[in-house]
Order: sequence, then C-alpha cells, then structure tokens
Amino acid sequence: MPSEPDARAGRGKSPLGLRVAAAAGLLFLHLPIVLIVAYAFSTDDKTYRFPIPGFTLRWFSAAWERDDVWQALRLSLEVASIATGMALVLGTMAAAALHRSRFFGKQSITLLFILPIALPGIVTGIALRSALAIMEIPFSIWTVVVGHATFCVVVVYNNAIARLRRTSHSMIEASMDLGADGFQTFRYVVLPNIATAILAGGMLAFALSFDEIIVTTFTSGHEQTVPIWMLNELVRPRNRPVTNVVAVFVMVLTLAPILLAYHFTRGTESTAGSGK
Amino acid sequence: MSAAVELRGVTRTFGKVRAVDDISFRVEEGEFFSMLGPSGSGKTTCLRLIAGFELCDSGAILLHGDDVSRTPPYRRPVNTVFQDYALFPHMSVLDNVAYGLRVRRVPRREREDRARQMLATVQLPDMAKRRPAELSGGQRQRVALARALINQPRVLLLDEPLGALDLKLREEMQLELKSLQRKLGITFVYVTHDQHEALGMSDRVAVVNRGRIEQLDTPDGLYERPRTAFIATFVGTSNVCTGPLAAALGHSSKTVSVRPERVRFGDGGDRDVTLSGTVLARQYHGATSRYDLAVADAKLCLVCPSTEAQAEPGQAVTVHVPAAAIHELEPADSGLDPGPGPDPDPRNGPRDAGPDGPAEAHA
Repeated sequence: MPSEPDARAGRGKSPLGLRVAAAAGLLFLHLPIVLIVAYAFSTDDKTYRFPIPGFTLRWFSAAWERDDVWQALRLSLEVASIATGMALVLGTMAAAALHRSRFFGKQSITLLFILPIALPGIVTGIALRSALAIMEIPFSIWTVVVGHATFCVVVVYNNAIARLRRTSHSMIEASMDLGADGFQTFRYVVLPNIATAILAGGMLAFALSFDEIIVTTFTSGHEQTVPIWMLNELVRPRNRPVTNVVAVFVMVLTLAPILLAYHFTRGTESTAGSGK
Repeated sequence: MSAAVELRGVTRTFGKVRAVDDISFRVEEGEFFSMLGPSGSGKTTCLRLIAGFELCDSGAILLHGDDVSRTPPYRRPVNTVFQDYALFPHMSVLDNVAYGLRVRRVPRREREDRARQMLATVQLPDMAKRRPAELSGGQRQRVALARALINQPRVLLLDEPLGALDLKLREEMQLELKSLQRKLGITFVYVTHDQHEALGMSDRVAVVNRGRIEQLDTPDGLYERPRTAFIATFVGTSNVCTGPLAAALGHSSKTVSVRPERVRFGDGGDRDVTLSGTVLARQYHGATSRYDLAVADAKLCLVCPSTEAQAEPGQAVTVHVPAAAIHELEPADSGLDPGPGPDPDPRNGPRDAGPDGPAEAHA
C-alpha cells in the first residue's frame, strides 16, 4: 500500500496475502484441537456431527466413573514420573561429565546421547522390543519406563549442558579453592546455577513421556498408558466423547509443565523443546 | 626454614606446548612475589599449578615444606583471587565471603560474624546483603579478596586481580593490596602482565617467558641489571645495542643495554662514553621527551626531561652515556635458566626457531 514511507518504514507492515496465509496456517494447526475440546461437551455419543447438536457435561462424569480411564492415567503418571526422575539424574550427570572433559571418542558419546531423540520412535521401539525379547525380559511398567527414559535423558542433558556452557568455570574452581570438595561444589555452586535449566528439561521430559505412543506400543505388554488407551477407544467407538474428555484433561496436564519450562528458560538460549 | 612456596623442576604441557617448562623457584614466608610475563608465557599456569587446578607432569610443588603435587585444590592451604573474580552470582556478598567457612561447617552465626569483619577489612562494610551483580568492578574485586582471605591462608594467589579495573582504581588498589599484605603478613604470589604493578608492589619478580623464568630478581635488579635482551625490553624500555653501536660504546662483539634516560645530551667526562649522531625524530610526552638518534648506523633512543629538550630533527648532536650505565647482556641463545645450574641438553621441545625473545628491539 503506498503510504508515507517515513512513518511506516520502521514497523514494516506485512502484505495482506501473507497475513491471511499465516492465519490460515495457524487455524489449520489449532482448529482440530478446538474441535476436540468442543466435542467433549457434545450430546452426540457416536459421530462427530457438525454442527454439534447440543452441549452437556455428562461425559465428564462418565469419564470419571470409568476405571480404565483412571488406570491409564495412573500408569501414564507413574511412567512419566519415573522416567523423568531417571532423566534428571542421568541427564544432569552426563552433562556435568561431558561439558568440560576432552577425550577420544567424546563426539561419538555425545552423538549416542542425542540419538534417541533424533531416531524415529518406531526404530527405538522395535530395537527395544527385540532387545527385550532376546534378553527374555517380560514387559512391564519398567520396560515402558526405560523406553521413555531413552529420550527423556536427552532433553534434560541438552538443557543442562547448555546452561553449564554458560556457567563460568572459574566459579567451580573458586569453590574448590575455598575448601569445598566435589559434592559440596555441586550442591552449593553448580546445582543452584543450573537448577532452572534442569527443571525445565524435566518438565519437557515429563510432557514427552506422558503423550508418547510409539515406543510405548513396543515396550508395553497389556498395560495401557493414556495415549494407547485413547488410540484403542478411537478404533472401537464407545462413548466417543469420553475420549475427548480425556484428551482435554491430558492437554491441560501437559500444557502446564511446558508453559512452566518456557517460563524458566525464557531469555536464555538453552535448547528447550528439540522435538520428538 | 622451608619456603612458603617452592617449585622444583615443574613442567606442565598442553598437547605439544610446554606451558611451564622445568621451572624452579622459592617464595619466602611473608614475601610479595610476582610473576610477570607476556600473555601465554605460562605465568597463570604456574599459579594454577600452585593452587591445584592443574597438576604438573613432572617436578614437585611444596607448600611450607609439604609436597602438595598430588593434593586436590580443596586440601591445599592456599586461596586464590581470580582474574574474573568468579563470585557466586546466586549468593549475597556475605554468603560469598562466608563460603569458605560454610564448607568447613562453621556455624552460621560465627561465619557471618567473621565474614562481616572481613568485609570491613576490605572496606566494604555496607554491601553484605547485595548480590555480586549489583556491585561495581572495584567492589567485586574487594569481595573476591575478602572471600579468599576468610580461611586465613598463609599464601594468597592473585591472578591479574586488577586487570579489569580502570587505571585510577588500579593504582589505588595497588597501594591497598600492598598495605593489606603487610598488615596480614601473608605471602602473596601475584601474576600480572603489567610491569608497573609488578615493579611497584613486589619484593621479588620472576619474569616468565615461554614457560621459563628468564630472570628472578628484585624490581630494581631487573631494571638495572637485565640479564637478557628480552628482560631489557620487556621491563621498561631499553636500547639493546649490537655491532658498531656496541663497539662505539666500548663493548665490541657484545650485546649491551642502555636505558634511554641514561643517555644525555652534551659532551661527557672521563667516565662517560661520548657519541655523536643525528636527531631522527622527537616525541613530546609532557614531563619527558623522547629522541630517536642515528648513532653509528643504528638507532639510539634518548629520554630526558622536556625542560632539557634542545634538539630538532635533522640536527647533529653529541650525547654521552655513563660507562656504568652500559650493561652487558647475555647472548640471546644461552643461559636459559637462572635456577640451579644450566640445562645440560639443548632444548628438544617443539619451539619457535628464534631462541630467546625479540632480541633486537632497537639497535
């Protein structure tokens, strides 16, 4: 639009076409999510009819009374908590070990650490499944936890090492110089400086684990985590809006840690959500 | 009596670089000892070896007679003031200073009292509650000093502690550091690349170059009796004269050093060497002026009070140098180690071709 170039120059208003395209893109991404939420309140229990015939809160109570929903939720929370716990310990230790030391093969080890998040979940899943089969380890919650931990560790590791790189090493030396041994130095100096990064990594790890489906499929026996339960519900429709209710619940549950993680690492250039 | 700090043939290599190359010296109790050298000379590595952040490849480090070569930093009775201060950003100033006591499990009341006293000693009494980020550079420097002194070390290591301060503050802190050292009576090992700091504060100075001690002497010894051309030009400025100019000064086929302020205009007496030359250039520095002269096919630099300035470029002049001010230097490629005995074998390390520093700075 030809207007006073001096006044508009700085703001750089983008052309109409681009703005429409951007809006369309965003709608395409987020409208389905809105629909999921909307159909959680639908009175129709079989199909996704549009427009929605009527609104009800009945599915929330229906979901509340279903034992399989509760079992799936509990299992998912357990798996995510344990996997995150393992990731926090292992990821932080790995980052602390690798960020300063230089040795032959360090690059390969770093790559091996990062690999699980780069590999397609199906590869990790099949690999784990055959490994478990060879070792004759029966499927249980622990096989799922280990499967999830493979990529949860990466998220914590990435966050921790990014923060460690920006932490002055002479601080650690100063602590040792003043008489603190390795443990005291970690406790009083290193940990307070990387705590928010680790926390952010842990929250992301939790969110990743909570909605993971592919690796879970390959590493679980009869156990159903929430995503697997939902997948089963979709193929075998029964009280379809209950699925939507659970979806809404999961969304809220995973949104909180992601927003918190974003908040903690805001303004820092740590590698937060490198996708999975 | 054993020395406060003693290094015996200490070597530390990083890859192919000999950062510290067979260094030996003793620092006496209560001494203000400086290590002076250009960047990359190995002086900081030396300090880090004493502190324990690096371990030596060979040789031994003794503190008050105890071999600490393999002792981790937290068990060595020394403390360090870091170049970047290395304050803990998540702790208050008081907690920073009290940290050394905290890790030794001194009760909170006692350690905070002692930290407050220490902050008063470094003249920062009202900053206890602040965070390091809220302090100025000079204040941070004092906090770092207080923190390093809280454990009452007998040896304090200082790694270019004044490097980040502006000139005025640096001069002020020099005086303060020196008086603090006298008051506390502890040994200071001070690393700097600033010759004014080293000469102004130290009892003795070790000039470090390429991982070796080029000369270890008192400040005036270094200035008056430089051993090599490197020392003569690194500590102060000097005319390092060879060839015809050295011959004209009465030391043919030798290398000699003449400080520019010892060269004077006019004819000299019996104990002086009189030379004639031409003024090439003149630089006015306020209190003093510097003249570059062409004498005996070489350049000779003269510095005199500006009030005595009397020559213009192009003018033919006569200058004289007291014979006592002509100091013979060791040839650039010998006598590497001032320590006990010369090195038996010629150096085998991968090293630059030219053996000992920028020999012909002037001349």
